[in-house]
Amino acid sequence: MLSSVRKQLLSSAVKRYFHASVLACSDKSFVHRDTPENNSNVPFDFTPENKKRCELIISNYPKGHEAAACIPLLDLAQRQNDNWLPISAMHKVAEILKMPRMRVYEVATFYTMFNREPVGKYFVQICTTTPCILNGVGSDAILEAIKQNLGIDVGHTTKDKMFTLAEVECLGACVNAPMVQINDDYYEDLTVDDINRILNDLKAGKKPKPGPQSGQNGRFASEPKNGLTSLTEPPRGPGFGVRPDL
Amino acid sequence: MLRLWPLRQVAKVQNVLGGLTQIATKSTQPAPAPELVEVFIDDKQVFVEPGTTVLQACAVAGVEIPRFCYHDRLSIAGNCRMCLVEVERSPKPVASCAMPVMKGMKVKTDSPMTRKAREGVMEFLLMNHPLDCPICDQGGECDLQDQSMAFGSDRSRFTDNAFTGKRAVEDKNIGPLIKTIMTRCIQCTRCIRFASEIAGVDDLGTSGRGTDMQVGTYVEKMFKSELSGNVIDLCPVGALTSKPYAFTARPWEIRKVESIDVMDAVGSNIVVGMRTNEVMRVLPRVNEDINEEWISDKTRFAYDGLKRQRLTTPFINVDGQLVPTDWETAFVKVAEKVKKVDPKLIAGVAGSTADAEAMVCLKDMINRLGGELLCTEDSFPLNRSGIDFRSNYIFNTTIGGIEQADVVLLIGTNPRLEAPLINARIRKTWIHSEVCVGVLGAPVDLSYEYQYLGDSFIVLKDLAAGTHPMCKALASANKPMIILGTDCLQGTENGVIYNAVKDIAERLRKNLKHKDWKIFNLLQKNASQVGALDLGYQPGVSGLKALQAELIFLLGADAGTVSKDKINPSSSVIYIGHHGDYGAQIADVVLPAAAYTEKDAIYVNTEGRVQLARQAVNPPGMARHDWKIIRALSEILGVALPYDKLADVRARLGEISPTFDQPGQVNESGFEAQAYQLQTEIKDPIVNVNTAISPTMLKLKDFYMTDPISRASLTMAKCIQACKESEKNPYSKQEAKA
Repeated sequence: MLSSVRKQLLSSAVKRYFHASVLACSDKSFVHRDTPENNSNVPFDFTPENKKRCELIISNYPKGHEAAACIPLLDLAQRQNDNWLPISAMHKVAEILKMPRMRVYEVATFYTMFNREPVGKYFVQICTTTPCILNGVGSDAILEAIKQNLGIDVGHTTKDKMFTLAEVECLGACVNAPMVQINDDYYEDLTVDDINRILNDLKAGKKPKPGPQSGQNGRFASEPKNGLTSLTEPPRGPGFGVRPDL
Repeated sequence: MLRLWPLRQVAKVQNVLGGLTQIATKSTQPAPAPELVEVFIDDKQVFVEPGTTVLQACAVAGVEIPRFCYHDRLSIAGNCRMCLVEVERSPKPVASCAMPVMKGMKVKTDSPMTRKAREGVMEFLLMNHPLDCPICDQGGECDLQDQSMAFGSDRSRFTDNAFTGKRAVEDKNIGPLIKTIMTRCIQCTRCIRFASEIAGVDDLGTSGRGTDMQVGTYVEKMFKSELSGNVIDLCPVGALTSKPYAFTARPWEIRKVESIDVMDAVGSNIVVGMRTNEVMRVLPRVNEDINEEWISDKTRFAYDGLKRQRLTTPFINVDGQLVPTDWETAFVKVAEKVKKVDPKLIAGVAGSTADAEAMVCLKDMINRLGGELLCTEDSFPLNRSGIDFRSNYIFNTTIGGIEQADVVLLIGTNPRLEAPLINARIRKTWIHSEVCVGVLGAPVDLSYEYQYLGDSFIVLKDLAAGTHPMCKALASANKPMIILGTDCLQGTENGVIYNAVKDIAERLRKNLKHKDWKIFNLLQKNASQVGALDLGYQPGVSGLKALQAELIFLLGADAGTVSKDKINPSSSVIYIGHHGDYGAQIADVVLPAAAYTEKDAIYVNTEGRVQLARQAVNPPGMARHDWKIIRALSEILGVALPYDKLADVRARLGEISPTFDQPGQVNESGFEAQAYQLQTEIKDPIVNVNTAISPTMLKLKDFYMTDPISRASLTMAKCIQACKESEKNPYSKQEAKA
């Protein structure tokens, strides 16, 4: 109580400051802690098919530069292991690529798309960057709908281990905002009804159709709402606008 | 740099392609001098070699650029941005540590733009740096502190405390030596680069990104390196500090005494920090020829052993009990014992940390009494020219010379633990050149790749006979090096092994293109050994038994080579030394002496380099300087030595060997051919040695306690404990080497 009063007093006295809100730091820990599901004794090995894929990926890079295959191999490991990357998988990749383990940890912690903790079967990533907040119904409404529907907060996993909700930065589908990414699929042009339907379908074991939803009248891709406004005439043939003597 | 991870594997592929025969042939001709580049630093014209960085060019012009991440001996990271300078016609300030000079470049190191850039960088660094200087061990010798005084703003704009505060990072537990306060870290990555490049342990790294980035090990494990303490010196802030030194002293209270280390035979140059007659810490001193600017953990952290288990008063043995007494009684007791025995049966043994002055005094005294046997603890074959030639028992190539070698053959040694800085030098050579390393001995982790030849004597015989595949590589090498460890020379068959190694060296020497290149090296383990052999001590204590010595003087001989069952049971033992260790246990009279930080003394390192250690503190209690004890004793025994000043003792040393008059220098040893000829005159058929040629120190935990000082050290004990614990840690497991 006292501290909050002091805080208020202080903040009213302060004229200039760098941050007006709490720093948006990552919610992930960048130090490994052994847990029952994630420790070095958890066995991990690539499946025979994935081993072949590993070889193929490694062969893309020149000899002596196998370490370049670190990110694709970690991704492969994550896909094989229910969308998350245990420490033993990092060790396996280090072993295959003959890298020091620390160098693999560095890569795995740097890239936010590597989940270093278990996630649900459906990993729901909602974009809450500016275009998604502003466009359509806005990502705030979508996020609220997801929270309501799944009964979890951002960063949480449902009790049945089906869904994990994460708030992410721009996923590059701004023109079809608001959007969520569920595992590898983009669901765009969302409305509250859309997202509820999608989540309910997933719960029922059905696979909803990815891509633009009803938000912009169920458009095909990212075309304008009222038809094309440019490039409306048929494309001109080759040689158009080229000097005749060439 | 090619062999640094990740490019190491490129080199490996090349090696595989070329096999062993592919040895880098370095041009013997010096490369033509490149055209110098003209640059202007603050309108001052300087000429530097192309490829020099702006920062180095500024140093040539006498301008020091502030920096955090840049370090001479590490690769360039360029991430702290403190070294920003203005370069004319460049729209933005450039990071001078990473920018190569260009022709006609005009650098302004004190322009408004430069100053503003530095001030800005400083502000950003301080924004996430705690203001805990009063409780920070780095205070007073902190780069951040100094540079914020010089280049920072005079006031803070950081008024955010009420909202989010500063970044806070969890501290890491990386062992009993390094204390981490990671909130203070400015992410210069010097420690990471040191671990990866110099120490060869890729355990440190950065995890996370952006504001959350932190330096550490990601998983909890010990930073297992024999050179780990150096990251404390490298850290420009107080993020990595010394755990044993924590909160004990401030740098401005400490008196710095330049001295020499005696924990191994490298003779690392150190600075002993002293306050109130107590050694507070040990830091490295730059010596490019020996330790560059690194020291091993034993050198740095074993100093607390100087305060424990010390002999502070003379003791005499009364009915099997050591009873404290005074000097007079002790001396009289010694005199009684000397009177009783036949003078010929008096012997002396010098221990691993004995200084040259004490050794010459002991030798002169025993010789004057009539005794002839003076020996060291470490054995060495005498069956051939033995110690008659200095080149037989020193590190002839010199430590700096390792950098020119193109093939290194290690026999029965683990330089990583026996002489960490020599190993660091080999690693440096391995990184920067195509040196090929072969190891005959135990397959230990040396922090670089090597060709493992096995550990049996047959391999050595093959090498000596020239039938081993490695011989081709050795023969085609321009500057081959053979490093022989002393561990494999302790047994009865040592002469055979030694001869075989000498045969290899001699065959290579005959066909050497560079006639002045030295091939044969003996890597000593004891700081006293070369000095003792120079003074005419016999190597090894086997003579004691042969002589049936009746009275034995131990000069800090604590390695356990002299024990009651190995000597005449009726013999008396007089121990002169500083620690209550093996030697004092078997002694009849104990005379307390000074440790290496407590005396002005001469030590000769494994290269044969004479170096002066200086007294930092006084010997504790009634302990006295070793040579003074022996001088006083000689008077009581009626054979007063003809010197009573340190200068006179040193003059006596100079009489015996002129090398003692040239401290700091290495005297090139010669007469290899003669030494070898003497060797071949006696015919000794090569017999088979059945024991494996192997060093005794195999794992890091063997490294920490090797002499009475480190055995008494609590810190070293903690290190061993941590090493043992880390063996259980799944994350500390040895990784498959690339």
